[in-house]
Amino acid sequence: MELIYTPKQQAFRTEVRQWLAQHLPAEPLQSYDTREGFEQHRAWERQLFDARLSMVMWPTELGGRGCDLIEWLIFEEEYYAAGAPMRVNQNGQLLLGPTLMEFGTEAQKNRFLPAMASSEQMWAQAWSEPNAGSDMAAISSKAVRDGDDYVINGQKTWSTRAIFADWCFGLFRSDPQSSRHHGLSYLMVPLDAPGVTIRPIKALNGKEAFAEIFFDNVRVPQENCIGEEGQGWKVAMATAGFERGLLLRSPARFQKTARDLVQLYLANQASADRDPAIASRVAKVWSDAQAYALSAYYTVGRLSRGEKIGAESSINKIIWSELDLAMHQLAMEILGPQGELTQTQNSHWLEGFLFAQAGPIYAGANEIQRNIIAERMLGLPKS
Amino acid sequence: MDFTFTDDELAFKEAISRFLMTEAAPEALREIWETDSGRSPELRAKMAEQGLTALSVPEHAGGLGLNDVAWSLMTQELGYYGIPDSMADTAYVAAGLLAALSSAAQNGTAQNSTAQNSIAQTDELLGGIAGGELRLALQHPVNPLVADAHLADFILLMEGVNPAGNTDISQAALHCVPRRDVDISLHPSIDSSRRLSQVSWQPKPETLLCRGDEAAALMEETLQRGALSVAGQLLGLAQRMLDLSVDYVAQRKQFGRAIGSFQAVKHHLADVAAKIEFARPVLYRAAWALAHQQPESGLYVSQARLACDDAAQLAAHHGIQVHGAMGYTWEVDLQMFMKRSWSLASSWGDRAFHQQRINTALFAHDASLDYGPADTFGSAPEREVNNA
Ligand SMILES: Cc1cc2nc3c(=O)[nH]c(=O)nc-3n(C[C@H](O)[C@H](O)[C@H](O)COP(=O)(O)OP(=O)(O)OC[C@H]3O[C@@H](n4cnc5c(N)ncnc54)[C@H](O)[C@@H]3O)c2cc1C
Repeated sequence: MELIYTPKQQAFRTEVRQWLAQHLPAEPLQSYDTREGFEQHRAWERQLFDARLSMVMWPTELGGRGCDLIEWLIFEEEYYAAGAPMRVNQNGQLLLGPTLMEFGTEAQKNRFLPAMASSEQMWAQAWSEPNAGSDMAAISSKAVRDGDDYVINGQKTWSTRAIFADWCFGLFRSDPQSSRHHGLSYLMVPLDAPGVTIRPIKALNGKEAFAEIFFDNVRVPQENCIGEEGQGWKVAMATAGFERGLLLRSPARFQKTARDLVQLYLANQASADRDPAIASRVAKVWSDAQAYALSAYYTVGRLSRGEKIGAESSINKIIWSELDLAMHQLAMEILGPQGELTQTQNSHWLEGFLFAQAGPIYAGANEIQRNIIAERMLGLPKS
Repeated sequence: MDFTFTDDELAFKEAISRFLMTEAAPEALREIWETDSGRSPELRAKMAEQGLTALSVPEHAGGLGLNDVAWSLMTQELGYYGIPDSMADTAYVAAGLLAALSSAAQNGTAQNSTAQNSIAQTDELLGGIAGGELRLALQHPVNPLVADAHLADFILLMEGVNPAGNTDISQAALHCVPRRDVDISLHPSIDSSRRLSQVSWQPKPETLLCRGDEAAALMEETLQRGALSVAGQLLGLAQRMLDLSVDYVAQRKQFGRAIGSFQAVKHHLADVAAKIEFARPVLYRAAWALAHQQPESGLYVSQARLACDDAAQLAAHHGIQVHGAMGYTWEVDLQMFMKRSWSLASSWGDRAFHQQRINTALFAHDASLDYGPADTFGSAPEREVNNA
């Protein structure tokens, strides 16, 4: 055990820190749940890409810079500490990207990954359906083989930023006789293809954060299938692992929020201390954010020893979603009557509070994660 | 950056675990509980044979010279198997204190002549610990009563300690007193394996180890080791309670099926598993920081203490719930581990004490700025780390 960064790691940290200090947008970008904000974010992502700081862990030939997981954690720490913009293409970069690396053909990797790293192509995730939420194996949207094409019909829902995205990836039933998790294929679909209709859904904050996608005889070529036809479930489970696990919610994001919360508390200490428990609750969530970061580093250590991380990624999912909720709940309590206001310098806490409500629901509801922990980690019998 | 244990550390942990599994089964522990001393000299001797007592004694005094990081694994095993013995107090906490004293004397940095003179005595004590012949008990202002004083050969005592805990330790002096020179009155605990005593004694010049700033610094470090030892044991206890509960709910049937297949029961235990996984790296980081005398180690130890306590208390709470009435009985093994976790929860600093330390570190003027995401591991020490 040696919990000190090496000189090389320190040098990388310094490089990232300096680059961010020089290039960070002077004005905060607008919300990426608006068209204008979305395009501002795309431009920012392009800048990151040009500096080879978009996907630091990806190999150089795919637009990355071949960093290891520790360097990635360092990058994230610097990125969030600097208050850099949220990443807009996470569905592509963090979920589909690793999936393609593991299951994609060379042609697919070369075609999609660099464009994803630069955010020239923005991706939406199209898994959920009106009748397939937690029970994803109930998917009924169809992809019927016709020569070298699939013809897609059906409906997806809750697809984040789909109204702005260029492509989506999702599971479709390619074997009409199949049921449950058999006979599903993992397909990539351009959202401007004929037959695709996208209808935005307003989220709690009134912004069009997600959408329904309707497919009416949409044709995509067979080469848009990732993995083998009918084996989509297996590939999707890998994606779900990335989603819950380390990558999507890097600890630095919560450390940054925790640190900001400490400052929010200090700035409002006089009123916050009316409830003496607030101080200790702030210290607790700050400690939990630290603990989440430590567990990420420890997981990296386990991976480096050759261990496989399985159901534990479900623990991650519970931890970060509940931590996010606890921090924002606390911010609302500290802000008191100011908390509800949407146009103040503290309104980002309200935005965060609203978004934190969704954490225990998306990426697999927390009840489902607890089932996974109980059954696969503890070996309890299935219900 | 390397957040892993060495193969040696892991192998040692495995060996201890296998040993305790057979030698310290719950039935054996129950028998030990019934004895007057509450301790088994045989079990103690066997643990010494395994090398546990020599683990952190410096090599020059006949030990293995491992540090707090190794103990962060070992104390979990002691907790997991509910060892009714102050093994960690002697071989980890007291040995750590004596080792620090010995190296200060050797380096000539000891601040008073008594410590200089006592180097032979200190190393003799360390040798006795390594060989498993000696038991030491320790007093600290945060613990109103001294654990295992009734069996100790020596007790490390602080002159001027006030049992109410509001001692100013910068004024204190540290003594190593043979038990025959003290009076002891036992105070029974709900945990049948705990033996807590009030100790009365008179300081004498020949028992003095050190005083003033040196004593205060040593006692602070000792508090950290004590707290870390308890944290590790609590985490081990949490894992044991979880394992016992998983076993129980898999075989107990109601409504025609195993209760472990009911979601409410599953979720209780999943939450315990999450708390445990989450606390583990916090414990390891604190141990590393202490071993390397990082300036923030006090903060990290307190974080570890609370995180491990959270895990243990939840494991006890959900553990007894999923056991039903069975969990409320003397008969079921869960009770042994549950009561240990309740009693350890306020040993070497209670929750409020450790919470206060975190709050102070975090809310001190300007301090919060130092603990951002770019500082996950605190400020790295400038100096070369050579005792790794
Ligand atoms: C902000 C946000 C963004 C999203 N983005 C996307 C996206 O980009 N792409 C996409 O495909 N989807 C997306 N989703 C959808 C998300 O994946 C689903 O909401 C989630 O899987 C839960 O499905 P559901 O909403 O249908 O809830 P349901 O499955 O109807 O569940 C409702 C409640 O019942 C509980 N429940 C269900 N089954 C069980 C069970 N077996 N045991 C115990 N409890 C159970 C759930 O835990 C939950 O509390 C997003 C959702 C949100 C909120």
